[in-house]
Amino acid sequence: MNFWHTVAAITWKDTISEMRTKEIVSSVLVFTLLVIVIFNFSFGATQQTMKVVAPGILWVTFAFAGVLSLNRLFVPEKEQDCLEGLMVCPVSREAIYTGKMLGSLIFMLVVEVIALPIFTLLFNLPVLSLQIVTITVLATFGFVVVGTLFSAVAINTKAREMVLPILFFPIISPVIISAVKATEISLAGGSWSSLVPWLPMIAAFDAIFFVVSFLIFSYVIEE
Amino acid sequence: MDQKDKASRDLAIKARDLAKPFGSYLALNGIDLDIQRGECVTIFGPNGAGKTTLIKVLATIMNPSAGTVWIDGINLKDNIEEVRRRIGIVTHQTFLYNNLTTYENLDFYCRMFGVPNRKERLLEVIETVGMTSRLHDRVGTLSRGMQQRVSFARSQLHKPPIMLLDEPETGLDQDSISMLWKMLKGSTEDRRTIVLTTHNLEQGLEFADRILIMDQGKIVYEGLRQSLDLPGLKKAYKSSTGALP
Repeated sequence: MNFWHTVAAITWKDTISEMRTKEIVSSVLVFTLLVIVIFNFSFGATQQTMKVVAPGILWVTFAFAGVLSLNRLFVPEKEQDCLEGLMVCPVSREAIYTGKMLGSLIFMLVVEVIALPIFTLLFNLPVLSLQIVTITVLATFGFVVVGTLFSAVAINTKAREMVLPILFFPIISPVIISAVKATEISLAGGSWSSLVPWLPMIAAFDAIFFVVSFLIFSYVIEE
Repeated sequence: MDQKDKASRDLAIKARDLAKPFGSYLALNGIDLDIQRGECVTIFGPNGAGKTTLIKVLATIMNPSAGTVWIDGINLKDNIEEVRRRIGIVTHQTFLYNNLTTYENLDFYCRMFGVPNRKERLLEVIETVGMTSRLHDRVGTLSRGMQQRVSFARSQLHKPPIMLLDEPETGLDQDSISMLWKMLKGSTEDRRTIVLTTHNLEQGLEFADRILIMDQGKIVYEGLRQSLDLPGLKKAYKSSTGALP
């Protein structure tokens, strides 16, 4: 079967299921909005202070929201005993990885599309710029690329809620740091060229970890 | 092609020296298995005998730590995706997503198995298990018996020549069990190769061409259906496993 047909089937299945239950998007969205509101009141200070702390707040929020979302990624397969059903299908494990990863990317982007305007409103900062949208898409891709792999690792452990963040955050920290730095420069009115050290770093991380995760997923998921 | 390869190709399932440990316990301990095309083999054995592990290894869900398996003459290590295309599996787990409807679940598996004319095939299969009226209901709203019927339909979508059934009647009421056995008998009429594990000695015996009894990861008894009646099977079970059937 064509690789992309399999990917589309898995992404479609996850998206339909999520549209029915709204388990991931609703819980992650509520969490994201709560964190943004709490930080907004905690740092309720001048515009200058906001400009300094906002990038950190934004990416800490998205990183924790990402973990929340990724923790649920393989739960339907595990809880409904469907993982073995997927395993007996004559499809490559790489296609299963890519399908699950794209599904997760969609859920995360939906949450971010709602959260970013609210962030703009509460913090009175121009985070809806093309630069920040680009940073957000690239960093989110990095989150889900690594997170999908570790979510598959964590799903077979007893304490998966703890295992995923412990594995995920050390690996993903270059993306979080780069995204914070790039957002800081963007909010300070920096040009595209001033983002050069950080954006290519996120893109390189995305590419390297996509290839690595893609290649080792079959070893992780099989038994 | 040497004689050994030819012999492997003539069999639906061939396994040699299969081993699978879980910690210090050997769930499979040097299993050799030859199953002819079109043959129905029922495997009995007490809990922990290794029946489910054997089915999982044959279904490619689990890798053996040692030994080799050929399905339809194909070595599992050579072309695992082709092997998966030839296998249909039904277990007490349904492999169905509760939040999707019956139609969506079957359509998903049609896509995963690359079934041509998806809708047509799906409707044909769902009719054989008598679930057409619940086609657009979410699987989570169906009874356990109905879910198992849909699961049976799922296993038939890609017309597999080999069926693996691991205690498919677990958790079903008497009506659903009768329905399930009826569907399985329909499969035997198609001359498919069937490997079934069950604790139901009577039904399992009726269904089989050949009986295997497993205990502690080994095949401890093998007999043909014609040479066995139910009391004989019970006696063989007790003497070979030491457990009450």
